[in-house]
Amino acid sequence: MSASVADRRNAIAAKRGNSLRNQRLWALWGSYIALGIFVVMFLVPPFYTLMTSLKSSAEISAQVGSPWLVRHPTLENFWYLITYPNFQRYYLNSVIVTILTVSVSMVISVLAAFSLSRMGFWGSQTLSTSVFLTYLVPPSLLFIPLFQIIGQLGLINNFWCLVILYPTLAVPFCTWIMIGYFSSIPKELDEAALIDGAGYLQMLWKIFIPVAMPGIIAATIFAFTVSWGAFLYPLAYLYTSNQMVLTVGIISDLIRGDVFQWGKIMAACLLASLPPIVIYAFLMDYYVAGLTAGATKG
Amino acid sequence: MADGTNVPVGGLAAASPKGRKTAMQKFAQRRSTTGFLLCLPLILLVACFVVYPAFYAIYLSMLNKKMTAFVGLGNFQFLLKRHTFQLVIFQSCLFAITAVVLKALLGFTLAHLMHNIPGKNQKIWRGLLLVPWVIPLALSTLTWWWMFDPSYSAFNWVLNQFGFANVPWLGVGWIARFCTIAVNVWYGTPFFMIMYLAALKSVPEQLYEASAIDGANAVQKLFFVTLPMMRNIISITVLFSLITTFADFDIVRILTAGGPQDMTHVFATYAFQVGIQSGDIPLGAADSLFMFPILAFAAFFVLRGVTKRTKEIAA
Amino acid sequence: MAEVSVRKVVKEYEGGVQAVKGIDLDIADHEFVVLVGPSGCGKSTTLRMIAGLEEITSGEIWIGGDVVNDVPPRDRDIAMVFQNYALYPHMSVFDNMAFGLKLRKFPKDEIKRRVDDAARILDIVPLLDRKPRALSGGQRQRVAMGRAIVRNPKVFLFDEPLSNLDAKLRVQMRTEIKKVHQAIPTTTVYVTHDQIEAMTLADRVVVMNGGVIEQVGTPQQLYHNPATRFVAGFIGSPAMNFLPCRVQDGANGGLAVRITDSIIVPIPPARADRYGAYKGKEMVLGIRPEHLFEHHDQGKPGWTRVDLPVDVVEPMGMETMVHFFVDGSPVCARIDPATHAAPGEMLPLTADLNQMHLMLPDTGRVV
Repeated sequence: MSASVADRRNAIAAKRGNSLRNQRLWALWGSYIALGIFVVMFLVPPFYTLMTSLKSSAEISAQVGSPWLVRHPTLENFWYLITYPNFQRYYLNSVIVTILTVSVSMVISVLAAFSLSRMGFWGSQTLSTSVFLTYLVPPSLLFIPLFQIIGQLGLINNFWCLVILYPTLAVPFCTWIMIGYFSSIPKELDEAALIDGAGYLQMLWKIFIPVAMPGIIAATIFAFTVSWGAFLYPLAYLYTSNQMVLTVGIISDLIRGDVFQWGKIMAACLLASLPPIVIYAFLMDYYVAGLTAGATKG
Repeated sequence: MADGTNVPVGGLAAASPKGRKTAMQKFAQRRSTTGFLLCLPLILLVACFVVYPAFYAIYLSMLNKKMTAFVGLGNFQFLLKRHTFQLVIFQSCLFAITAVVLKALLGFTLAHLMHNIPGKNQKIWRGLLLVPWVIPLALSTLTWWWMFDPSYSAFNWVLNQFGFANVPWLGVGWIARFCTIAVNVWYGTPFFMIMYLAALKSVPEQLYEASAIDGANAVQKLFFVTLPMMRNIISITVLFSLITTFADFDIVRILTAGGPQDMTHVFATYAFQVGIQSGDIPLGAADSLFMFPILAFAAFFVLRGVTKRTKEIAA
Repeated sequence: MAEVSVRKVVKEYEGGVQAVKGIDLDIADHEFVVLVGPSGCGKSTTLRMIAGLEEITSGEIWIGGDVVNDVPPRDRDIAMVFQNYALYPHMSVFDNMAFGLKLRKFPKDEIKRRVDDAARILDIVPLLDRKPRALSGGQRQRVAMGRAIVRNPKVFLFDEPLSNLDAKLRVQMRTEIKKVHQAIPTTTVYVTHDQIEAMTLADRVVVMNGGVIEQVGTPQQLYHNPATRFVAGFIGSPAMNFLPCRVQDGANGGLAVRITDSIIVPIPPARADRYGAYKGKEMVLGIRPEHLFEHHDQGKPGWTRVDLPVDVVEPMGMETMVHFFVDGSPVCARIDPATHAAPGEMLPLTADLNQMHLMLPDTGRVV
């Protein structure tokens, strides 16, 4: 009697276990398949960029066969760009603007975040809130008055205007996530540092920045992406090729009237996307942390 | 109190509170002065290049084209009467709302799919799915433009293979509108996915176990556990995305430059066209300013909801 | 090495909440003083005011003969050990301990010598190159103490340093702290909510409650002569039993304490003078569980028999806790584990009334 009960119980358990496991397996494979479809869809444009960049102008203008495949792969587009002085200029300008923007933004936002997360002063709460609200201001809201202001400063068609303006896009968010990271550092750590004899700036430099390194990296990546990829400001404020940065340079230089040098344009896109892609590939976790920090910490 | 801890208090202690108070105030003051100084670069930056331009924009928007006379709200009236601008309002709203809804739904689906698969594989898939977000938008839009190219369109070639006729992707108003939205969805979905995934991971496993024991099925778990727990992150993500989509410039500018027949213009591209390209700075400023109340309205309601819920959770 | 004085110190937070309500405390050189009390009693605030981490609303704090009210923490020459250790996570153990010395521009070899000495005392020499994250709780605790020791400060401050450790390690580290203090007898102020920690470590214990000092004394004084009902109840585990009672005339011209109509116990003659003035008054009788034990026939002076109905029996191994209800008040007795006590039965007990306390019901003052 008792043996048969036990048997039946085992049988039920086995059956249940199986069906549960089957269900999980199906869900898993279903997820993989669906994700696979999405990945293919998402990667179509980059794939197409790569294919086109490997085609010669002749192959593109022949317009025969599948545009998705390359028949006679060539690096001539890349070679052309690398040796093309204008393109070198754009790249160099982009690099200069980005390095300066990132440095300026990080200095401003780390100092401010340290102050806002640790030293209350009159209005510091309001300032924290307005930092967040400033982040919500899109670049396209203010580019017209900024055009006038930049003009008055004599910086129209001078890439230094970007070094002034890009931080307005990067600093609010960087400050915001750094406030989050700094606030998560236990208060005892600064008290220990105070007792050990550190001043405020020593505390920031020797304790806060090393401890919040992941946040610093995430914020730096953010500032980098903003500065590298911005399009509206350089398009509006720069018009000669010696001042242009990559995003506008590619469009205005390689598209002349109705002549589209698609092979070169796509190769240029690839070369210009390379730095963000490389950074992303190596620092994906920080990248993601920076993306999500804004909402989860708010 | 006991055991001789009472110390006779000298005149010093009684007399000094005043003097000490100032010393203490000085200490507190030094701290807040340092704090303020550390924030000064931020304050200056925001004041000079965000707050000042904002007010300057209001001033500019009330001038005539040559910026010689004050015209009050004339530019706003002029814009509202113009058919093109009515199209701009319509397209901006259509573009932003459709794109955000699609991104939210797709992102949510993707996040759930990702959440199903084991952790170590997640990283690879996440890496692949985030690529659209990583490439600078202006550059990837160029590729899209090339794929929509009328003479040698990569998409049309595929359609032809299946026996369909060519589609004039960017040549016909509604199709062009669809294309701009599609590109925006392609670009923005990964952001939603990554935010949702972070939110999903933050829901404590015990809540699902408790609800399972309470007899909830998968759908009920989604509606009674997952979504309520994620509401704040969903709101903030939608707000971020709504603002950036509404104020989008890159996609429309590169893909259609507002055409055909101004049907795809959004606020930003139209402002660029009238303000920078045609040189009517005041009209451009007025055009951009139309965005402000709409964005402020959305931000106000979303953030109010978020703070309310945050307080509820804290209480 | 220095003495510490806290004089009429008040800490008032914004909104008028007083965390510390004017306390006075003198700590001698080399002394190990423990501030103990329930959470929110102001003990941590007091410690943090001594450290300079909180501003003082009024009053004075002296360290080594100087008023330090306006001296920033780094110039007070103190070292502090925090509850969560507050080790710098990005620095090695060596760097953690050396940080304070480096900031004070000590020469390299001096830093090395001091850190090595401290590491030897604390038995953490092999850990010097590790990062805090690679350490166990006890090891982190040692490093935190090492960081304090290397500075060779005037005063050590400990803020609940053992609270994050598990029970076994806590006992071990308690001994460790005591050993360190014996080796390096620096003036120490130690905050804890654990009365056993307080009793075992302290030269003198300061019991705080609601922002005031209830009593200061050696562990023995606090145990045997608590000044207030709060101290009586706080020190000792399980806590002292409190029973409402009335002092009245007893047999042979002595005094007696009436708890209920059936439980009237005689006050030992030695206490008669002390309690005479309270004859006829409502009082609270306090007696510790360890002074209630199973009844034997051979008694001593001051021992008296009471029979109580058993409510719950809790065997603990080396002893057994028996809980009773007397007129609505819970009473606990600590008796021999060989007892046959069973719930519902009457158990004859001996109360050692030499150890009794009487206190005023309103102020809680022990008379």
